[in-house]
Amino acid sequence: MAGPYSAKVMDHFMNPRNVGEIENADGVGEVGNPACGDMMRLYVKVEEGRISDAKFRTFGCGAAIASSSMLTEMIKGKTVDEARAITNRHVADALDGLPPVKIHCSVMAEEAVKAALDDYARKHPG
Amino acid sequence: MAHIFFDHISTTPLDPRVFEEMKPYFLEWYGNPSSHIHDQGQAALKAVDAARTRVAGLIHARPQEIVFTSGATEANNLAIKGAAEAYEKRGRHIVVSEVEHFSVMNALLPLRNRGYEVTPLKVDSDGKADPEDVRRAIRPDTILVSVMHANSEIGTIEPVAEIGRIAREREVLFHTDATASAGHIPLDVEAAGADLVTLSAHNFYGPKGVGALYVREGVRLASQIDGGFQERGFRAGTENVPGIAGMGAAAAIAKEEMAPWAGKLRRLGKRLWDGIGATVSHLHFTGHPVDRLPGHVSFWVEYAEGESLLLFLNVHGVMAASGSACSSNLRGRDEEDLVASPVLRAIGVPSDICTGSITFSLGKGNTEEEVDSVLRVLPVIAKRLWEMSPTYLDYQKQKVQGGG
Repeated sequence: MAGPYSAKVMDHFMNPRNVGEIENADGVGEVGNPACGDMMRLYVKVEEGRISDAKFRTFGCGAAIASSSMLTEMIKGKTVDEARAITNRHVADALDGLPPVKIHCSVMAEEAVKAALDDYARKHPG
Repeated sequence: MAHIFFDHISTTPLDPRVFEEMKPYFLEWYGNPSSHIHDQGQAALKAVDAARTRVAGLIHARPQEIVFTSGATEANNLAIKGAAEAYEKRGRHIVVSEVEHFSVMNALLPLRNRGYEVTPLKVDSDGKADPEDVRRAIRPDTILVSVMHANSEIGTIEPVAEIGRIAREREVLFHTDATASAGHIPLDVEAAGADLVTLSAHNFYGPKGVGALYVREGVRLASQIDGGFQERGFRAGTENVPGIAGMGAAAAIAKEEMAPWAGKLRRLGKRLWDGIGATVSHLHFTGHPVDRLPGHVSFWVEYAEGESLLLFLNVHGVMAASGSACSSNLRGRDEEDLVASPVLRAIGVPSDICTGSITFSLGKGNTEEEVDSVLRVLPVIAKRLWEMSPTYLDYQKQKVQGGG
């Protein structure tokens, strides 16, 4: 039974892709706050301007974990600029939608990738 | 797959014996109790009167003191708004515990807007109100004190008898919401010194859509639904006859069987409590350890969010509740509805933890095997969520660095 979530959300919640961390990651983004109910940490490896690997750890509800998992799948193989263009809507759509009250979980995913790429830009100026 | 219902605090399954007693009032005796001049109406009136006697018996009240409603929410609204309006000339001050149900808290909002003052009553870290605080909060213009009998989220039983005694000494009405407790632990309206008591049928194996308000003889209330003169003028509208018959049957069964149910639930609850305490680390129980509803086990787990725990439990066929910010308002209209549980905040659980609370509430049909199944899956689920959690990772790294 899927409950309030789409089958895709439940799949990514039950079998999250790319959980973990990357040693010596090129960029790390941390967004959210456990006090607000969710927190995500995203690690990216960038090779020749493309995201070659992405891993995450998330504290949060089903939608937060599924959004994190989906995001890592979406950004892998993308250029930095392409990844920056991903919005929360893209993440929610890829999950076949989220309940209205859970849209902020996809916003967290969008903010995480921007934060990780900001960190990458700081560490790799020019 | 397993089907383990550990969410009896949200509702209980209808007792088949109750269902049998409701059946005649759907197809055979469909009369309106107000039309009691003929046989159909007479049969309906008799059913409602019999149910009134049985519900009164559950709380040692007199039948004429029971007002049937559509449920606990309506009963709480009638108690709070009805008393406030009826006694407005005496004063406009109300004392209410800060762990009350939304149907009490939100019933106060329109009153506040009209100039009523509400003094919130603090609870301790176990969720208990202090009767002496009630004494201190009562003023010359206080008209009503409302403190629930037991809390659904954390299971704590409040000292209603002491609070009722103080309210009576000061000639202030005392309302107690017994939705979570009625039919599960004894409640005597005389011993509790209660003037108004809220009851809900579906919380003690009766049907949904029916409840009652005990109104002590002589207490005035302003009706909140305008219409005919049903329920002594306290509640207009044709009675829900099958529902009321069901509530009566459920009350009669609960009165007889409450003690053995409670004995079994205390045993199962202890097994669950001791088991999860021993197998799940970073776990903190909530509510009073002793003065709590039988079969009620509530806790929060560090580094694991409540809704995620519930979703995984449901995947294993285990149905429970959470005071989680996320799950409790999953069907809310917007993100404004994402608020941490007021009950957990009231007992001082840190706000970054409020999102992790779980309530297991057992019922008379649950078994030892079901408890043991939950004890097998919960540690696995917690571990899985920890392994995904950045905060748990940080905790582990700190532990390694600290050499601990």
